[in-house]
Amino acid sequence: MATFFGEVLSEFSRAVDDDEEDQDENEEDEQIRRELEEKREVHLHWSSEVTELLQSGNKLQCSDFILAVGHNAARFLSVYALASSNWEAVGHASLWNERSRAVPGPTSEESACVFHRHKETPSVLICQVICYVAEDQLFQWTEKVFDCLQHRELNVTVLSDSSVADYKTANYPCTSSAPFLRSLHTDAFRGQPVSPSLEQPNIITGLPAAVLNHCQVHGIATVVYQCYSDVIGPDSVSMETYKPALTKLRKSIQLDSSLSTDVLRKFVKTTDIQSNLYI
Amino acid sequence: MFIPVENSLCSFKGFTLVMPAVAVGNVGQLAVDLIVSTLNMKRVGYVHTDCLIPMAGNNPYTTCRDDAEELHTPAEVYTAPELKLAVLQIRAPIIQTKFKKFRQLIVSWLKSSGFSRTVILSSSHAYQRDDQQLKGMPLRYLVTPSLLKVSEDALKSLGWREMEQVPAFPGMTDTNAEPRLCIPGGGITKGLYSDSCSEDLPLAVLLLFCSEGDNIPDAFTLVNHLNDWLHLLDSPSQEANKWKIPPSWSLLFGSGIPPALF
Repeated sequence: MATFFGEVLSEFSRAVDDDEEDQDENEEDEQIRRELEEKREVHLHWSSEVTELLQSGNKLQCSDFILAVGHNAARFLSVYALASSNWEAVGHASLWNERSRAVPGPTSEESACVFHRHKETPSVLICQVICYVAEDQLFQWTEKVFDCLQHRELNVTVLSDSSVADYKTANYPCTSSAPFLRSLHTDAFRGQPVSPSLEQPNIITGLPAAVLNHCQVHGIATVVYQCYSDVIGPDSVSMETYKPALTKLRKSIQLDSSLSTDVLRKFVKTTDIQSNLYI
Repeated sequence: MFIPVENSLCSFKGFTLVMPAVAVGNVGQLAVDLIVSTLNMKRVGYVHTDCLIPMAGNNPYTTCRDDAEELHTPAEVYTAPELKLAVLQIRAPIIQTKFKKFRQLIVSWLKSSGFSRTVILSSSHAYQRDDQQLKGMPLRYLVTPSLLKVSEDALKSLGWREMEQVPAFPGMTDTNAEPRLCIPGGGITKGLYSDSCSEDLPLAVLLLFCSEGDNIPDAFTLVNHLNDWLHLLDSPSQEANKWKIPPSWSLLFGSGIPPALF
């Protein structure tokens, strides 16, 4: 959909394209559909230690689960938390969908969605998601991941990237105000979020929404911090916006707050945008 | 899967359920929003399923600052016990490959919950009407045999028009093909109706022919039409609009105008 001023928004056509599913689907169709569904399944790969634990019927002891969705959020965690050597990778999730690369290198797939655990306080788990999770995979991803975690006393924090074009307000958002944070939390969440609440009629979609839905119906304390940024690529200014969200978490994670913006900048690959006038 | 909100007593015995079909112009969903917002209905549960695209937001029906920060999910059930009315609001599209699964989920929930009747609010593409459908008002209804038994008189006195069957091959005269029910752009409407017929569920469909665009007037038309039957708002005439527009309807067409433009 394009707005009056030509911004292209990723929204659904409200028309329903194909409402009458084929009643007399033959066996071959069904098989193709089944195979496609299998291919799109989300798989979790845990380290041998965690696998053993899960196989014996136990769940991962987890008091804080921090999920970063998007490049800015993921790199922010890389710099402020994971840069210290106190973390170990305990697993990753793998999935395939229409946006996956045709020839995925094993490394790129494995690094797209990694779980890290704190060495000293193993109840703190971090997950960075930088791959695209398709709409039909969001629910499954959430169910599978939360199925491995113990729910009692669990606190979930989600940091998520978003474009300022997705933010609706009666006053046109002026460029100087971006990037900014908005929060959304489940009923079970106690305490004060560090940023203003997301105003109606704005909504959250994607993985953060799937996590919120799951946690709301299962009574898990969860807060999502959505960063609305006006820069397309990863940038250090947007990453800095997440800082207040982590000050709340500092009890559980020792954050290296002495880092300066310069360090952040190093993490930002200079994206080669010469001009966006001509493609 | 229906999950009740904590501390809520959930018995739908004898209740009327109103639910939208995700269809052209989201007319059914908008109409349901008007009902929930006007009657101040209380949330009693969620329909938590992988068939809907996840979304989350703050309270769409907020009236004051205290109730604004309340998380809402893609499919929720509201009730007004004094009216014996329950409403299922669906806020997200159904995942393309999961239409059938979603229909089955709804049908089995309807069966187990003991609703006395179910009304589906739906819409259909206006441009795909045939000649007979172009005449008269754009509203149609459908009822399953088991609801017809109990509501025949009421429906007759309303003078509504039933949804016409259309020929399977329009323009062909000597085919033996039976005319069939066709609801283009109606999402799960037709499937849900035929499932309810075969499962002997008391269900009615109210639908409106419309096009995509600003569908707010369509929502009012549909909800007023429903009100003629169910008398949710007891206004004998429809002089003034008594339906309350929820705050979530603001900015339907995007943000304000950038000041730098001038």
